[in-house]
Formats: sequence, C-alpha cells, structure tokens
Amino acid sequence: MAAIRIENLRKGFGSLEVLKGINLDIADGEFVCFLGPSGCGKSTLLRSIAGLEELDSGSIRLGDRDITDLRSAKRDIAMVFQNYALYPHMNVRKNLSFGLALNGMKRDEIDRRVNNAADILRISELLNRKPRQLSGGQRQRVAIGRAIVREPKLFLLDEPLSNLDAGLRVTMRVELAALHERLGVTMIYVTHDQVEAMTLSDRVVVLDRGKVSQFGTPLELFYQPANLFVAGFIGSPRMNFVTANVVRQDRSELTLSGGGLARDLTLETLSSAVIAKDKPVTIGIRPDKLELVSPEEAHLIGDVRLVERLGTESHVHIGLENGADMTAVVRGTHPVSNRERIHLRIPAEHCHLFDADGKAIARALDTETQMLINQEKSKRVA
Amino acid sequence: MDMTYAGAEAKVARRKRSAIARYAAPYLFISPWILGFLFFTLGPLVFSLTMSFYDWPVVGERTFVGLDNYRSMLFDDPQFWESLWITVKFAAIYVPFNIIMSFLLALMLHNITFASGFFRTAFYLPSVISGVALVTIWSWIYSKEYGLLNFMLSLVGIDGPNWLGDPNLAIVAIIIASLWGLGGTMLILLTGLKAIPKELYEAATVSGVPGWAQMLFITLPMLGPMLLFTFITSIISAFQQLTIALLLTKGGPLGSTYFFAMYIYDNAFKYFDMGYAAAGSWVMFIIVLALSLGVMRWSAAWVYYEGEVRQNDGEGHA
Repeated sequence: MAAIRIENLRKGFGSLEVLKGINLDIADGEFVCFLGPSGCGKSTLLRSIAGLEELDSGSIRLGDRDITDLRSAKRDIAMVFQNYALYPHMNVRKNLSFGLALNGMKRDEIDRRVNNAADILRISELLNRKPRQLSGGQRQRVAIGRAIVREPKLFLLDEPLSNLDAGLRVTMRVELAALHERLGVTMIYVTHDQVEAMTLSDRVVVLDRGKVSQFGTPLELFYQPANLFVAGFIGSPRMNFVTANVVRQDRSELTLSGGGLARDLTLETLSSAVIAKDKPVTIGIRPDKLELVSPEEAHLIGDVRLVERLGTESHVHIGLENGADMTAVVRGTHPVSNRERIHLRIPAEHCHLFDADGKAIARALDTETQMLINQEKSKRVA
Repeated sequence: MDMTYAGAEAKVARRKRSAIARYAAPYLFISPWILGFLFFTLGPLVFSLTMSFYDWPVVGERTFVGLDNYRSMLFDDPQFWESLWITVKFAAIYVPFNIIMSFLLALMLHNITFASGFFRTAFYLPSVISGVALVTIWSWIYSKEYGLLNFMLSLVGIDGPNWLGDPNLAIVAIIIASLWGLGGTMLILLTGLKAIPKELYEAATVSGVPGWAQMLFITLPMLGPMLLFTFITSIISAFQQLTIALLLTKGGPLGSTYFFAMYIYDNAFKYFDMGYAAAGSWVMFIIVLALSLGVMRWSAAWVYYEGEVRQNDGEGHA
C-alpha cells in the first residue's frame, strides 16, 4: 500500500522552470487529480513521479521507499498515456503481456493477470485483435488494462479520456471511478477538464504556473477557493470579479464601495485583521448567485450583451458601466433580452473576498455547505 | 427581343466552353508528366522490348529473330552467367550492409542532440555528389602508391594491398565505394525513426522493458515499411551497379568486377548489338521484379502497416 509524499520538487527545461517547488502528501488509496490550464506543469509533475523526467531537486517517496532516483520500472507504478501508446503491431493480449513476459514472469501468472484485467475491463473477446481494429473506447480500456496487469502500487493517468468523444468520456469516467473503487489503489489523474476532476477525485491539486495553487476536496475548491486563480478556474461559467475598496471596517464587518459597485456592500469575514483602505479588494460572485433586482437595490448596473438559452437555465452576458464583463445565470424562461439595461444585487452571504494579492479573505459558509464539505473530508479519511 | 436571344446564345456558348474547360483542365495540368511518361518511360520500354526480339545492329539491316537473343544468352553465353553471379555476390553483401549501416547511422543521428543538423548533412552529402566525381575521389583513395587508404594503413604499420588490382579485393573496394552513398537510405530510416511515437518507448520503460527489447520489439517492427522499401530499392540499385565499376575497375581485374549491367552496356556500346543488350535489360528487369515480388510476399510476415483500414470504429474517434 502506498501513500505519496513529494517534497520541494523542482524541474526545469533549459532556462524555463516548469515546476517551482511542489509539496504534496497524497494518502494511500486516494484518487487525486492534477488540474490546471495548459502549460501549468501538471503533466511534467506526473511524468516526474513516473520517472520519465529527471528532477532538478526535491524528493518523491512512495510508501516507505524513496523513489526519487529509482528507475521508472522499479518504482512499482503503471502509467496510462493520453494517446494510449498501444503497440500497434501487437494484438491486445501481447500488448497486455509484453512488459510482464520480458521481466521473466511465468506463463501461468501472465495468463492469470491478463485474463483478470480483460475480465475487469470487459475486453476478453478483443484479446486477439490489433489496436487498429478497436474503437477509441476499447483502446483506452486496453491501455488501462496494461496498467492493471502490472498490479502496481500507484496508477498514473495522463489525460486518458481527452481523445474520446463527449458521450464516451462520460461512460469511461464512470468506469474509472468504479475501477478505483474495485482496486483500491492510489491513482493520480492529470486533466484540464474540471468536470472530470470534480467528479472523479477525492482531492484535487490545482496547479498554476508550476506551483500548487490549492490542494483540497472538490467542494472545498468550489466553495472555499484559496485565491483568485482557483476561484476563476473552478466552476463554469466562471466566477465574476468586481473590484472595490474597503471604506469602513468594524472588526470583522467590512463595508465596500467604489470600483465596480453602484451601491455599498456590507459583509462579514472570519477575521478581524485590518485591511488596508488604499488597496482594492476583489469581490467574487458565482453567476448563479447574482440576483436581478430593481434599480434602487442594485450593486451592479450594466447592459445585456448576449443571452445564451440552454433550456433549464440561461447565461446572460453583461457589460458593466465601468467596462467590466459579467455573467449571470437565470432560469431558462426568464424574459431578459439583448441590449436591455440590467440591475444586479450581490447577496453578501454568497460572495467571496480576495485581498490585493489575490488571496482569499476567509468567510463563513452556510451550515449546509459546511456540512457537505466536512462529509467529503471525513469520507476521504475513512 | 433580338438582343435577348443573342444574349441567351452567348450564355449557352459560354456554358459549353466552361464545361470543356472543366473536364479538360485536370488533364491539361498533368499533361507535362503524362507526355514525359509516354515519351521517356513507356515509349523506350516498349521500344526496348521490341528491340529484344531483333538482331539490331546500330548500323545495317535489322532482322526479327524471335526469342533467339534470350536463348543464346541463357544457354550459350558463359559471360552472362558469370556477370550475373558477380552481381548476385555484390548484392548479397551490399544490400544487408547498406541497410544495417544506414540503420545504425540513422539511430545515431536520431539520438544525438548536439549538432544533429550538421551530422545529418555531413552523412547525406556523399549522396548528392555525382557518380563520376565520387569515383574519381575513390580512385585516389584506393591508389596503391599514393592512395589515402594505404597511407592511413601505413601509419599503423600495415602495408596496404593493391585494392583495385587484386581480383578478390576489387569487389570489396566497389562495395565500400557504393556504401559511401547510403545517405538516402539513412534519411528514409531516420524519418521512420522520428515517426515512432515516443510514448511507445515511455510505456515500455515504465513497464520495465529493457532497451534491447525495445529495439527488437518496438523500433524494428515499427520501421517495417521503411526497411522493406529500402530493402527493395537496395536490391534494385545493386543490380543496376555500373558507374563505379565502369570507371574504377572497368570490370577487371580478370573480370572480377564485371557486373551484369556492364555486360549489357558492353553488348550495346562496345559490340553494338542493341537487340542482345535489350534482351539483357529485360532479363535483369524480370530478375529484379521476381526478387521484389518475393521480398514483398515474404514481408507480409514481418511488416506492419499503420494505415490499414480499421474495422469496428463506430465508437469514439481517436
């Protein structure tokens, strides 16, 4: 069984530093996603754990072993590649058994493992086919099968579903979750798709320009983003941001004004630390929490630029008076139309607050949400 | 009224013209190639086949002799068999060496990160030098008294042999000179190596497949189509070997480098027996064709083609 501890991991290519001191503790049996935009270093981090990249500094421990300088084959890991990396000239059985046979494993043991993996992934009838005779989903299963037969302590998956079409991706996602449940092995999964990350993971590592921006459960990331990057990255449509200044502070109660606000906004924080009045703060509000109100109640005033009607809900794109853009999610049948003047209220209880450096200023969550997050965390520990 | 009628007529004529242009245009665009093919490839081919059934001196009466040229070549001409044997010997050594050395060079160039462009150019350069210039260089290299090769051997205390004067060594000298132009083969194999997805090696590395096994079970099979192509083109160029032997040894010493192509050349331009030479060319063509077909058939067992049509691809795309 294997937990992973990564300490101060650094990796660069030439003068470009891709990973800038990564520290992570992943528990045994956990399903963890590395999530981030292109170029954030998530694949490099995964490849470093796999032993496919040489580290500049730092260490990686798997279970009680230091695997930093160990050859890839000796690390007790298996990896699934984005483009499957199946050997095109070998049939499925050969693809699954190739590595095992060359490591001197006995014939019966190889057969047992191959048949077992084929059963789990329902590819038994495909064993004699070549990869080119398989569909995308079947190839992906074979690629996962090749990892299963190694019976590794750690599974590494590099965007394994990104080459599949949308429908198949959903099916495979469910299958992957079931597979993790069944095998109970630690899995690390790289993706740029937040839906995949949110639905599959026990915890998500959000990476931004080579650094861990936040490491938490999916709901934590959504409801308690640690900074502006995570707040903007998690959730679709993305969170709206409005700048404002603190005009009054009474311990933990702040009154915000100016910037993009048409009316003062008062809210409570969890801290009574003094916030500088000369530096702007950023208010974050999810599109579905914005309320359409009468002009006198409005915190924000703007014009509707575009209404996207999706059926259950409609996305209203708004240009604010100060030039900023905003999105509001309203019910599908709301009569709002293009070029209409619109008045929005920011409910204080639903907004996030970030200081001038983009760090979150902690706020209390409603009891229901807090309970959900606690539940998620306790499930992980169990 | 008249105006309208004239207008309509003009429209019809225009449409007709544009229809012709539409159908003719593609053929006009490829016509230079088609004309070139007719006059310079298909024409001479048919012409040489016709020739081979004639007693066809350069000057004088041509007489139809049917299969006589072929019969006397196969049954009454020991030189035909000797030259063919020399060519087969040459091919048997040249072809594997050409492929193995090209492969090793390509592998080296594929793996070096320092000045790879320079080395690629350097190894390919001999292939762009014209045959005659190349042979002149090699005749200097092989010269017994003043040659570069024997000079280098003398530095390590070896008294160099007479490369081009010894019947056993002359063919070796020609093989080495021919191998100098392996840049083309190397480039094809290098392209093939670069086309192998690196994830295949990474997947193998993670699975603990050792380097030699990756070479044997991934690189070589994935290079199959390129190896087959270079195998066949090497056989063809081995059978066509003429320039180097003609200029370096003139078929000697004692006929030890008298290749089949030279035999055809001599019949045509020394003995002016064009019909007989044409028959020789067709024999060579049939031998090369048979060898190529044999290799193609054999290759089905070891060459894997990525482009073969997939079945059952309804699900997903990838």
